[in-house]
Amino acid sequence: MGRVLAFLVIVAVGVVLVYAGFGLPAFGDPNAPASTHVSDAYIEHAYHDAHTPNFVTVMIADYRSFDTLGESIVVFTAGLACFLLLRSERRRKRQGGGQQT
Amino acid sequence: MDGFEVFFVEKWPYLATVLMILIGLYGMVLKRNLVKKLIGMNIFQGAIILFFIIHGWKRGATVPVYDEAFGDLPANYVNPIPHGLMLTAIVVSVATTGVALALLSLIYKRFGTLEEDELLRELRAEPAGAPSSGEMASQREDVEGAEPDDGGQR
Amino acid sequence: MIRPKETIITDHVVRVMVPFIQIFAFYVIFHGHYSPGGGFQGGALLAGSVLLQRVVLGAERSQIGFPTRLGIPFGALGILIYAGVGFLAMLDGGNYLQYDHLPFGMTPVYLRNTGILLVEIGVAFAVTGTLVSIYDDLVNFERRDDQAEMHSAGSREDA
Repeated sequence: MGRVLAFLVIVAVGVVLVYAGFGLPAFGDPNAPASTHVSDAYIEHAYHDAHTPNFVTVMIADYRSFDTLGESIVVFTAGLACFLLLRSERRRKRQGGGQQT
Repeated sequence: MDGFEVFFVEKWPYLATVLMILIGLYGMVLKRNLVKKLIGMNIFQGAIILFFIIHGWKRGATVPVYDEAFGDLPANYVNPIPHGLMLTAIVVSVATTGVALALLSLIYKRFGTLEEDELLRELRAEPAGAPSSGEMASQREDVEGAEPDDGGQR
Repeated sequence: MIRPKETIITDHVVRVMVPFIQIFAFYVIFHGHYSPGGGFQGGALLAGSVLLQRVVLGAERSQIGFPTRLGIPFGALGILIYAGVGFLAMLDGGNYLQYDHLPFGMTPVYLRNTGILLVEIGVAFAVTGTLVSIYDDLVNFERRDDQAEMHSAGSREDA
Protein backbone atom coordinates (compact mmCIF):
# COMPACT_ATOMS: atom_id res chain seq x y z
CA MET A 1 0.00 0.00 0.00
CA GLY A 2 2.75 2.39 0.94
CA ARG A 3 4.67 1.47 -2.16
CA VAL A 4 1.67 2.20 -4.37
CA LEU A 5 1.29 5.56 -2.67
CA ALA A 6 4.98 6.33 -3.16
CA PHE A 7 4.73 5.37 -6.82
CA LEU A 8 1.75 7.68 -7.22
CA VAL A 9 3.72 10.48 -5.61
CA ILE A 10 6.54 9.93 -8.08
CA VAL A 11 4.11 10.00 -11.00
CA ALA A 12 2.62 13.20 -9.60
CA VAL A 13 6.08 14.75 -9.39
CA GLY A 14 6.64 13.81 -13.03
CA VAL A 15 3.35 15.39 -14.07
CA VAL A 16 4.19 18.57 -12.17
CA LEU A 17 7.66 18.73 -13.72
CA VAL A 18 6.31 18.27 -17.25
CA TYR A 19 3.63 20.89 -16.56
CA ALA A 20 6.30 23.27 -15.27
CA GLY A 21 8.26 22.63 -18.44
CA PHE A 22 5.68 24.56 -20.44
CA GLY A 23 6.71 27.69 -18.61
CA LEU A 24 10.39 27.32 -19.45
CA PRO A 25 11.98 29.64 -21.97
CA ALA A 26 12.60 28.23 -25.42
CA PHE A 27 15.56 25.88 -25.54
CA GLY A 28 18.71 27.58 -26.83
CA ASP A 29 17.18 31.03 -26.75
CA PRO A 30 19.87 33.74 -26.34
CA ASN A 31 17.30 36.04 -24.73
CA ALA A 32 16.21 33.58 -22.06
CA PRO A 33 16.13 35.11 -18.57
CA ALA A 34 18.97 32.88 -17.41
CA SER A 35 21.30 34.18 -20.11
CA THR A 36 20.65 37.86 -19.99
CA HIS A 37 21.48 40.02 -16.99
CA VAL A 38 24.57 38.96 -15.12
CA SER A 39 25.70 36.40 -17.66
CA ASP A 40 25.99 39.09 -20.33
CA ALA A 41 27.95 41.28 -17.95
CA TYR A 42 30.37 38.45 -17.21
CA ILE A 43 30.93 37.71 -20.88
CA GLU A 44 31.46 41.36 -21.76
CA HIS A 45 33.79 42.23 -18.91
CA ALA A 46 35.66 39.03 -18.06
CA TYR A 47 38.44 39.26 -20.60
CA HIS A 48 39.09 42.94 -19.98
CA ASP A 49 38.93 42.65 -16.21
CA ALA A 50 41.24 39.71 -15.65
CA HIS A 51 42.91 39.11 -19.01
CA THR A 52 41.71 35.53 -18.89
CA PRO A 53 39.90 34.15 -21.91
CA ASN A 54 38.07 31.41 -20.05
CA PHE A 55 34.90 33.01 -18.75
CA VAL A 56 34.09 30.07 -16.52
CA THR A 57 37.42 30.38 -14.72
CA VAL A 58 37.00 34.11 -14.23
CA MET A 59 33.48 33.58 -12.99
CA ILE A 60 34.17 30.89 -10.42
CA ALA A 61 37.54 32.20 -9.23
CA ASP A 62 37.13 35.96 -9.47
CA TYR A 63 33.57 37.22 -9.60
CA ARG A 64 32.23 34.45 -7.42
CA SER A 65 35.38 33.52 -5.55
CA PHE A 66 33.63 33.66 -2.21
CA ASP A 67 31.20 31.04 -3.46
CA THR A 68 34.05 28.85 -4.64
CA LEU A 69 35.78 29.22 -1.28
CA GLY A 70 32.62 27.92 0.32
CA GLU A 71 32.40 25.05 -2.13
CA SER A 72 35.96 23.95 -1.51
CA ILE A 73 35.34 24.15 2.21
CA VAL A 74 32.29 21.93 1.68
CA VAL A 75 34.43 19.40 -0.17
CA PHE A 76 37.07 19.49 2.54
CA THR A 77 34.43 19.14 5.22
CA ALA A 78 33.11 16.04 3.50
CA GLY A 79 36.60 14.56 3.53
CA LEU A 80 36.94 15.49 7.19
CA ALA A 81 33.60 13.86 7.95
CA CYS A 82 34.78 10.63 6.32
CA PHE A 83 37.99 10.87 8.34
CA LEU A 84 36.14 11.35 11.61
CA LEU A 85 33.55 8.69 10.87
CA LEU A 86 35.90 5.96 9.72
CA ARG A 87 39.39 6.58 10.98
CA SER A 88 38.67 7.60 14.57
CA GLU A 89 36.66 4.43 14.83
CA ARG A 90 39.83 2.41 14.39
CA ARG A 91 41.44 3.83 17.50
CA ARG A 92 38.38 3.10 19.59
CA LYS A 93 38.18 -0.39 18.20
CA ARG A 94 41.81 -1.07 18.95
CA GLN A 95 41.29 0.00 22.54
CA GLY A 96 38.13 -2.08 22.80
CA GLY A 97 39.90 -5.12 21.35
CA GLY A 98 42.71 -4.67 23.83
CA GLN A 99 40.23 -4.81 26.67
CA GLN A 100 38.54 -7.90 25.37
CA THR A 101 41.60 -10.05 24.75
CA MET B 1 -2.49 19.10 -28.51
CA ASP B 2 -0.58 21.55 -30.65
CA GLY B 3 1.15 22.89 -27.60
CA PHE B 4 2.26 19.39 -26.69
CA GLU B 5 3.83 18.82 -30.09
CA VAL B 6 5.77 22.06 -29.88
CA PHE B 7 6.76 21.13 -26.35
CA PHE B 8 8.08 17.73 -27.37
CA VAL B 9 9.94 19.07 -30.39
CA GLU B 10 11.48 22.05 -28.67
CA LYS B 11 12.11 20.80 -25.16
CA TRP B 12 12.86 17.10 -25.42
CA PRO B 13 16.18 17.49 -23.51
CA TYR B 14 14.14 18.82 -20.60
CA LEU B 15 11.96 15.72 -20.80
CA ALA B 16 15.10 13.60 -20.67
CA THR B 17 16.14 15.32 -17.46
CA VAL B 18 12.63 14.84 -16.05
CA LEU B 19 12.91 11.14 -16.85
CA MET B 20 16.27 10.99 -15.08
CA ILE B 21 14.87 12.82 -12.07
CA LEU B 22 12.01 10.35 -11.89
CA ILE B 23 14.38 7.40 -12.14
CA GLY B 24 16.47 8.84 -9.34
CA LEU B 25 13.40 9.55 -7.25
CA TYR B 26 12.15 6.02 -7.85
CA GLY B 27 15.48 4.67 -6.68
CA MET B 28 15.49 6.84 -3.59
CA VAL B 29 11.90 6.26 -2.56
CA LEU B 30 10.98 2.76 -3.58
CA LYS B 31 14.19 0.75 -3.45
CA ARG B 32 14.74 -1.09 -0.18
CA ASN B 33 18.52 -1.30 -0.31
CA LEU B 34 20.45 1.71 0.95
CA VAL B 35 23.14 1.38 -1.71
CA LYS B 36 20.46 1.44 -4.37
CA LYS B 37 19.05 4.54 -2.73
CA LEU B 38 22.50 6.11 -2.97
CA ILE B 39 22.70 5.22 -6.65
CA GLY B 40 19.29 6.83 -7.09
CA MET B 41 20.59 9.97 -5.41
CA ASN B 42 23.53 10.07 -7.80
CA ILE B 43 21.22 9.70 -10.79
CA PHE B 44 19.17 12.57 -9.38
CA GLN B 45 22.28 14.72 -9.09
CA GLY B 46 23.23 13.88 -12.65
CA ALA B 47 19.78 14.93 -13.77
CA ILE B 48 20.10 18.27 -11.98
CA ILE B 49 23.51 18.84 -13.55
CA LEU B 50 22.16 18.03 -17.02
CA PHE B 51 19.21 20.34 -16.41
CA PHE B 52 21.50 23.26 -15.67
CA ILE B 53 23.84 22.53 -18.54
CA ILE B 54 21.16 22.27 -21.20
CA HIS B 55 19.69 25.57 -20.14
CA GLY B 56 23.04 27.28 -20.39
CA TRP B 57 23.11 26.48 -24.08
CA LYS B 58 22.41 29.12 -26.72
CA ARG B 59 21.64 28.35 -30.31
CA GLY B 60 24.63 29.05 -32.54
CA ALA B 61 26.95 29.92 -29.67
CA THR B 62 30.42 28.62 -28.92
CA VAL B 63 32.25 27.55 -25.78
CA PRO B 64 32.68 30.26 -23.11
CA VAL B 65 36.32 30.97 -23.94
CA TYR B 66 37.19 34.37 -25.32
CA ASP B 67 38.08 34.39 -28.99
CA GLU B 68 39.13 37.32 -31.10
CA ALA B 69 36.86 36.18 -33.89
CA PHE B 70 33.76 36.35 -31.71
CA GLY B 71 34.53 39.49 -29.75
CA ASP B 72 32.52 40.52 -26.73
CA LEU B 73 29.04 39.80 -28.02
CA PRO B 74 27.21 37.75 -25.36
CA ALA B 75 25.09 35.94 -27.94
CA ASN B 76 28.23 34.31 -29.32
CA TYR B 77 29.12 32.48 -26.13
CA VAL B 78 27.29 29.87 -24.13
CA ASN B 79 26.09 31.06 -20.73
CA PRO B 80 29.07 30.44 -18.39
CA ILE B 81 27.15 30.51 -15.11
CA PRO B 82 25.62 27.01 -15.21
CA HIS B 83 28.97 25.58 -16.21
CA GLY B 84 30.70 27.13 -13.23
CA LEU B 85 27.97 26.14 -10.82
CA MET B 86 27.83 22.55 -12.05
CA LEU B 87 31.61 22.28 -12.05
CA THR B 88 31.57 22.74 -8.31
CA ALA B 89 28.39 20.70 -7.92
CA ILE B 90 30.02 17.65 -9.52
CA VAL B 91 32.93 17.72 -7.09
CA VAL B 92 30.59 18.29 -4.16
CA SER B 93 28.44 15.38 -5.31
CA VAL B 94 31.51 13.13 -5.33
CA ALA B 95 32.34 14.25 -1.80
CA THR B 96 28.80 13.71 -0.54
CA THR B 97 28.82 10.26 -2.12
CA GLY B 98 31.97 9.55 -0.14
CA VAL B 99 30.30 10.61 3.10
CA ALA B 100 27.25 8.51 2.26
CA LEU B 101 29.43 5.47 1.61
CA ALA B 102 31.18 6.02 4.93
CA LEU B 103 27.84 6.10 6.71
CA LEU B 104 26.74 2.96 4.85
CA SER B 105 29.93 1.20 5.90
CA LEU B 106 29.24 2.04 9.51
CA ILE B 107 25.61 0.93 9.23
CA TYR B 108 26.63 -2.34 7.65
CA LYS B 109 29.21 -2.91 10.30
CA ARG B 110 26.78 -2.34 13.12
CA PHE B 111 23.70 -4.10 11.77
CA GLY B 112 25.12 -6.50 9.23
CA THR B 113 22.60 -5.49 6.61
CA LEU B 114 21.72 -2.65 4.32
CA GLU B 115 18.13 -3.66 3.65
CA GLU B 116 15.74 -1.05 4.87
CA ASP B 117 13.08 -3.31 6.37
CA GLU B 118 15.62 -5.42 8.24
CA LEU B 119 17.23 -2.25 9.56
CA LEU B 120 13.87 -0.94 10.72
CA ARG B 121 13.10 -4.24 12.40
CA GLU B 122 16.40 -4.16 14.26
CA LEU B 123 15.93 -0.54 15.22
CA ARG B 124 12.46 -1.22 16.58
CA ALA B 125 13.67 -4.31 18.43
CA GLU B 126 16.07 -2.23 20.52
CA PRO B 127 14.38 0.90 21.80
CA ALA B 128 16.34 3.96 22.80
CA GLY B 129 19.87 2.74 23.06
CA ALA B 130 19.36 -0.48 25.00
CA PRO B 131 21.21 -3.34 23.28
CA SER B 132 18.96 -6.30 22.69
CA SER B 133 21.42 -9.07 22.01
CA GLY B 134 24.96 -9.84 22.98
CA GLU B 135 26.20 -9.66 19.43
CA MET B 136 24.93 -6.16 19.12
CA ALA B 137 26.41 -5.12 22.43
CA SER B 138 29.86 -6.12 21.26
CA GLN B 139 29.47 -4.05 18.12
CA ARG B 140 27.72 -1.18 19.79
CA GLU B 141 30.78 0.50 21.13
CA ASP B 142 32.15 0.88 17.64
CA VAL B 143 29.45 3.28 16.61
CA GLU B 144 28.58 5.55 19.43
CA GLY B 145 27.85 9.21 19.62
CA ALA B 146 24.15 8.79 18.91
CA GLU B 147 23.63 7.19 22.31
CA PRO B 148 24.99 9.26 25.17
CA ASP B 149 24.31 6.59 27.81
CA ASP B 150 26.70 4.16 26.22
CA GLY B 151 29.52 4.37 28.72
CA GLY B 152 27.90 2.09 31.23
CA GLN B 153 27.59 -0.77 28.78
CA ARG B 154 31.26 -1.59 28.50
CA MET C 1 37.48 -7.35 -0.57
CA ILE C 2 39.80 -5.88 -3.16
CA ARG C 3 43.23 -7.43 -3.12
CA PRO C 4 45.92 -6.24 -5.49
CA LYS C 5 47.09 -8.88 -7.93
CA GLU C 6 50.78 -8.95 -8.65
CA THR C 7 50.48 -8.77 -12.41
CA ILE C 8 53.41 -7.38 -14.32
CA ILE C 9 51.29 -5.97 -17.14
CA THR C 10 49.05 -3.76 -15.02
CA ASP C 11 52.02 -2.75 -12.88
CA HIS C 12 54.01 -1.45 -15.79
CA VAL C 13 51.10 0.07 -17.63
CA VAL C 14 50.26 2.06 -14.51
CA ARG C 15 53.85 3.11 -13.99
CA VAL C 16 53.93 4.47 -17.53
CA MET C 17 50.50 6.07 -17.40
CA VAL C 18 50.62 7.83 -14.04
CA PRO C 19 53.25 10.47 -14.96
CA PHE C 20 51.35 11.33 -18.09
CA ILE C 21 48.11 11.67 -16.18
CA GLN C 22 49.83 13.91 -13.66
CA ILE C 23 51.39 16.08 -16.34
CA PHE C 24 48.00 16.38 -17.98
CA ALA C 25 46.51 17.30 -14.61
CA PHE C 26 49.03 20.10 -14.14
CA TYR C 27 48.35 21.23 -17.69
CA VAL C 28 44.64 21.36 -16.92
CA ILE C 29 45.28 23.36 -13.74
CA PHE C 30 47.73 25.88 -15.16
CA HIS C 31 46.14 26.19 -18.57
CA GLY C 32 42.72 26.72 -17.08
CA HIS C 33 42.91 30.38 -18.01
CA TYR C 34 42.99 29.69 -21.70
CA SER C 35 41.06 26.50 -22.21
CA PRO C 36 38.43 24.48 -20.38
CA GLY C 37 40.01 23.45 -17.13
CA GLY C 38 40.86 24.70 -13.70
CA GLY C 39 41.40 23.66 -10.16
CA PHE C 40 38.50 21.30 -9.74
CA GLN C 41 39.16 19.31 -12.87
CA GLY C 42 42.92 19.23 -12.42
CA GLY C 43 42.57 18.22 -8.81
CA ALA C 44 40.23 15.43 -9.77
CA LEU C 45 42.76 14.24 -12.36
CA LEU C 46 45.58 14.31 -9.81
CA ALA C 47 43.44 12.36 -7.37
CA GLY C 48 42.60 9.94 -10.18
CA SER C 49 46.29 9.29 -10.83
CA VAL C 50 46.86 8.57 -7.15
CA LEU C 51 43.80 6.34 -6.94
CA LEU C 52 44.94 4.42 -10.01
CA GLN C 53 48.13 3.60 -8.14
CA ARG C 54 46.13 2.69 -5.07
CA VAL C 55 43.90 0.31 -7.00
CA VAL C 56 46.53 -1.39 -9.12
CA LEU C 57 49.70 -1.33 -7.04
CA GLY C 58 47.99 -1.86 -3.72
CA ALA C 59 47.77 0.40 -0.71
CA GLU C 60 51.25 -0.39 0.62
CA ARG C 61 53.31 0.08 -2.52
CA SER C 62 51.50 3.26 -3.55
CA GLN C 63 52.33 5.01 -0.28
CA ILE C 64 55.48 6.40 -1.93
CA GLY C 65 53.44 8.38 -4.40
CA PHE C 66 51.00 9.87 -1.92
CA PRO C 67 51.00 8.72 1.70
CA THR C 68 47.63 8.13 3.29
CA ARG C 69 48.35 10.41 6.22
CA LEU C 70 48.89 13.37 3.88
CA GLY C 71 45.34 13.41 2.51
CA ILE C 72 43.64 15.66 5.06
CA PRO C 73 46.66 18.00 5.54
CA PHE C 74 46.83 18.41 1.76
CA GLY C 75 43.19 19.42 1.64
CA ALA C 76 43.65 21.82 4.54
CA LEU C 77 46.68 23.31 2.79
CA GLY C 78 44.55 23.99 -0.28
CA ILE C 79 41.91 25.76 1.78
CA LEU C 80 44.67 27.74 3.52
CA ILE C 81 46.13 28.84 0.17
CA TYR C 82 42.70 29.96 -0.96
CA ALA C 83 41.88 31.84 2.24
CA GLY C 84 45.43 33.18 2.44
CA VAL C 85 45.11 34.81 -0.97
CA GLY C 86 42.00 36.51 0.35
CA PHE C 87 43.82 37.84 3.41
CA LEU C 88 46.81 38.84 1.27
CA ALA C 89 44.49 41.10 -0.67
CA MET C 90 43.27 42.59 2.60
CA LEU C 91 46.83 43.55 3.61
CA ASP C 92 46.94 46.10 0.83
CA GLY C 93 43.67 47.70 1.77
CA GLY C 94 41.38 45.74 -0.49
CA ASN C 95 38.41 43.63 0.35
CA TYR C 96 38.63 39.94 1.06
CA LEU C 97 39.58 38.11 -2.16
CA GLN C 98 39.82 41.34 -4.11
CA TYR C 99 42.69 40.30 -6.32
CA ASP C 100 43.68 43.67 -7.73
CA HIS C 101 45.02 44.59 -4.29
CA LEU C 102 47.43 41.68 -4.08
CA PRO C 103 50.91 42.96 -3.11
CA PHE C 104 52.79 41.66 -6.14
CA GLY C 105 53.47 44.91 -7.95
CA MET C 106 51.73 44.31 -11.25
CA THR C 107 48.99 46.05 -13.09
CA PRO C 108 45.55 45.30 -11.64
CA VAL C 109 44.50 43.20 -14.63
CA TYR C 110 47.46 40.86 -14.29
CA LEU C 111 47.06 40.82 -10.53
CA ARG C 112 43.59 39.41 -11.04
CA ASN C 113 45.05 36.88 -13.46
CA THR C 114 47.61 35.82 -10.86
CA GLY C 115 45.02 35.72 -8.12
CA ILE C 116 42.86 33.39 -10.16
CA LEU C 117 45.85 31.11 -10.73
CA LEU C 118 46.73 30.98 -7.01
CA VAL C 119 43.15 30.27 -6.08
CA GLU C 120 42.92 27.49 -8.64
CA ILE C 121 46.05 25.90 -7.20
CA GLY C 122 44.48 26.00 -3.77
CA VAL C 123 41.30 24.40 -5.06
CA ALA C 124 43.32 21.70 -6.82
CA PHE C 125 45.15 20.89 -3.58
CA ALA C 126 41.92 20.74 -1.63
CA VAL C 127 40.19 18.48 -4.14
CA THR C 128 43.17 16.15 -4.49
CA GLY C 129 43.68 15.71 -0.78
CA THR C 130 40.01 15.27 -0.06
CA LEU C 131 39.29 12.71 -2.76
CA VAL C 132 42.33 10.60 -1.90
CA SER C 133 41.50 10.84 1.78
CA ILE C 134 37.91 9.70 1.23
CA TYR C 135 39.06 6.73 -0.83
CA ASP C 136 41.70 5.75 1.70
CA ASP C 137 39.29 5.99 4.60
CA LEU C 138 36.70 3.82 2.88
CA VAL C 139 39.15 1.18 1.72
CA ASN C 140 41.04 0.99 5.00
CA PHE C 141 37.78 0.67 6.87
CA GLU C 142 36.61 -2.21 4.69
CA ARG C 143 39.96 -3.94 4.91
CA ARG C 144 40.00 -3.72 8.71
CA ASP C 145 36.48 -5.06 8.72
CA ASP C 146 37.47 -8.01 6.57
CA GLN C 147 40.47 -8.82 8.70
CA ALA C 148 38.36 -8.66 11.84
CA GLU C 149 35.85 -11.02 10.28
CA MET C 150 38.58 -13.39 9.21
CA HIS C 151 39.95 -13.43 12.72
CA SER C 152 36.54 -14.14 14.18
CA ALA C 153 36.27 -17.19 11.88
CA GLY C 154 33.76 -15.73 9.45
CA SER C 155 30.74 -15.61 11.70
CA ARG C 156 28.48 -13.69 9.38
CA GLU C 157 27.92 -14.46 5.73
CA ASP C 158 26.23 -11.65 3.88
CA ALA C 159 23.73 -12.34 1.16
